[in-house]
Amino acid sequence: MVTFLNILDPQLTDWSRAQFAMTACYHWLFVPLTLGLAVVMGVMETVYVRTRDDFWKRAAQFWQKLFGINFAIGVATGLILEFEFGTNWSNYSWFVGDIFGAPLAIEGIVAFFMESTFIAVMFFGWNKVGRGFHLASTWLTGVGATLSAWWILVANSWMQHPVGMAFNPETVRNEMMDFFAVAFAPEAVTKFCHTVTSGWMTGGVFAVGVGCWFLLRGRNRRLALASIRVGAATGVVAALLVIATGDRSGIDIARTQPMKLAAAEGLRQGGRQAPFSIVPGIEIPGMLSLLATHDIDGYVPGIDNLLDGYTAPDGTVRPSADERMERGRKALQAFRDFRAARKKDPAAAAVARQTLEENVADFGYGYIGSRDELVPPVWLVYWSFRVMVGAGSVLLVVLALLWWFERRGRLEKMRWLLHAGMWSVPAVYLAGQAGWIVAEVGRQPWAIQDLLPVTAAVSHLSVAAVQTTFFIFLVIFTLLLAAEVRIMTRAIRTCREE
Amino acid sequence: MSVTKALAAVWRFYRDGFRSMTWGRTLWLLVLLKLFVIFFVLRLFFFRPALAGLSVEQKQDTVAVRLGGIP
Repeated sequence: MVTFLNILDPQLTDWSRAQFAMTACYHWLFVPLTLGLAVVMGVMETVYVRTRDDFWKRAAQFWQKLFGINFAIGVATGLILEFEFGTNWSNYSWFVGDIFGAPLAIEGIVAFFMESTFIAVMFFGWNKVGRGFHLASTWLTGVGATLSAWWILVANSWMQHPVGMAFNPETVRNEMMDFFAVAFAPEAVTKFCHTVTSGWMTGGVFAVGVGCWFLLRGRNRRLALASIRVGAATGVVAALLVIATGDRSGIDIARTQPMKLAAAEGLRQGGRQAPFSIVPGIEIPGMLSLLATHDIDGYVPGIDNLLDGYTAPDGTVRPSADERMERGRKALQAFRDFRAARKKDPAAAAVARQTLEENVADFGYGYIGSRDELVPPVWLVYWSFRVMVGAGSVLLVVLALLWWFERRGRLEKMRWLLHAGMWSVPAVYLAGQAGWIVAEVGRQPWAIQDLLPVTAAVSHLSVAAVQTTFFIFLVIFTLLLAAEVRIMTRAIRTCREE
Repeated sequence: MSVTKALAAVWRFYRDGFRSMTWGRTLWLLVLLKLFVIFFVLRLFFFRPALAGLSVEQKQDTVAVRLGGIP
């Protein structure tokens, strides 16, 4: 065991993680805007079809142009994540291949056929197809992008809470036993709704930001006010949905990933009426229990409780980290014994397989050398959570004010609010990135919760090779982002309302 | 409408659409450049799947050795 752990270079794992994190963070700059602008342009075109007012057609076309720029630059950036699975995370890819294959294949097919078909009608079909057909194509472009997100988030959700599969030591793979349990797991549904609605919020805020910029420059007044109205309405509705789905997500995490929740709160010792930390030193008594269990007296375990083991209010005894590590080592040894005996000694293989099946739920704990490894970086998860919630809350207030004052025709005199609307654009991206940090850093050390830590999931490559590709990606993605910002700002600056 | 006419209509739809592009030309250039870099540079030279070239059984054995730490 010690020999095995020695060959896992921590630097290799860190660089591989850094590379994947960077790729995912850059990818997530493009995706939420695609999801959100799909709603903004869809609403504008719907108003056009209902009112036949050409202004709304031009407004929809303006937002479709910005959607197209973002789509063109962001498209295929997610493919690099799939390359990384095969190259940098080959153990992981093989271990989960049967589960990941189906959602990612469906995603590829849906994305290609739906988006490439309807996006063409949306851009090329203004004077060639009927208004209703064009409107349907615009909405279906957004539906296609959203369905793509569904399958990616199903795969991500499975890593956070693996269900619907069984580990086969013969093939060394987790094999899908129940497709619907994987595709429609409650955690996957919650994650999908939370993520997609945060994308709508991004699109709404972006429309508001551009509208505010126009007003501050004294340009394109009607387009600016229309963009603010549609963007703020989309953003407020989306923000409320983000809060509702975030609440559901908190319940799911408390049940399936309690260490992530404890880390997000910096909660060492849990209990009933657990407090919610606003910032260090300022707490709301009982609030965490309420959020995590919908009961102010609900029990929430802290980091130390999870490491030491505890008795849940229903009397269930939760094992300590040491006990789970012991069971993990037993599972791992049974796996080795099975592999060694399967061709020579079927009886011994059957015994080993039985032992493995009895302990497989803690398989990943067999790789953990010290219980401290089971605690994610608390400060990063704690502060990322506060950035996400704090920025999201401020954005909701700003969007609501913008919507309110725009409806009353007083917005143009409130330059401070227009500035706030404009600066909401970086804030919404910050909130989105912070959300992913909570989700992904918070589940460390696991690549797959309880089954495979990142140290075992990583490919045995040279650190230098991973560092090289890390910097190549850094350059490529930074160039793409610079191109996006440049082309997008040019499209906004040169916009002239007829 | 016959299949041939339908296909011709689709062809004309895309042809005219591409011809009338303004901003789209720059974006298509970027998309093609990006796909070239992803598939012909990164994929060929930097991202060879670690288990490529192995049979299914060899892949199983390789991952088993890595995960189990057995020689």
